[in-house]
Amino acid sequence: MKVTVRYFAALREALGAEESVQLAGATTLGALRDQLIAASPRHADALRRGRALRCALNQALVDESVALEDGAEVAFFPPVTGG
Amino acid sequence: MNTPRVRIQHEDFDVGREIAALRAGDAAVGAVASFIGTVRERSDGGSADTTRMELEHYPGMTERAIEAMIDAAQQRFDIRGVRIVHRVGALAPGDQIVLVVVSSAHRGDAFAACQFLMDYLKTQAPFWKKEHRPDGSAAWVDARVADDAALERWGLKSGNAA
Repeated sequence: MKVTVRYFAALREALGAEESVQLAGATTLGALRDQLIAASPRHADALRRGRALRCALNQALVDESVALEDGAEVAFFPPVTGG
Repeated sequence: MNTPRVRIQHEDFDVGREIAALRAGDAAVGAVASFIGTVRERSDGGSADTTRMELEHYPGMTERAIEAMIDAAQQRFDIRGVRIVHRVGALAPGDQIVLVVVSSAHRGDAFAACQFLMDYLKTQAPFWKKEHRPDGSAAWVDARVADDAALERWGLKSGNAA
């Protein structure tokens, strides 16, 4: 299964705007985060556990327990600061 | 013609024109409340002036998120119409950032819905601010715990800064 991962704000600066990821057995958004953390030192730092991050699945805010499906659009970003 | 309830744009907005458009043709409106957020010269706790502010967003998700907030406001309050405009891109101190306008039959629901929508937007709409300083440095603005508390007063979980 393959998903598109998008990054915004400080995460975009660290990891780029978007990447396509082949999931190696990961079935939840949290498992995808773990897989990305293992992908490179840059990912490990930007997505590290304990850092306040929010995530979205198909453009809706979700928590990491949500299940992924093929072709999903996942996004990781810092807490929001609009308004 | 149906004007969209939510607009994300680089250009400035004119509050008078937005209010007139929202009121137009709705004789049941007896109250209009509006809120405008602007760029401060210096952020809370900041040690230097902001020379420029950059606003990033998540195109598509931003509009969907705010549309859902307006639906929630319409279920919760007796309101007639809502218009929300949020700017993105490069902004300067004093510039307008965000506009929320709510029309209703009576003032109570217009005031409350306007505050509800801003509290919601601050912590659940995907926008990020970056401040540029006179010495050339720049930093992403930190989310505020107080904004989470503001949303939670309405009985909704925020989970943003925390």
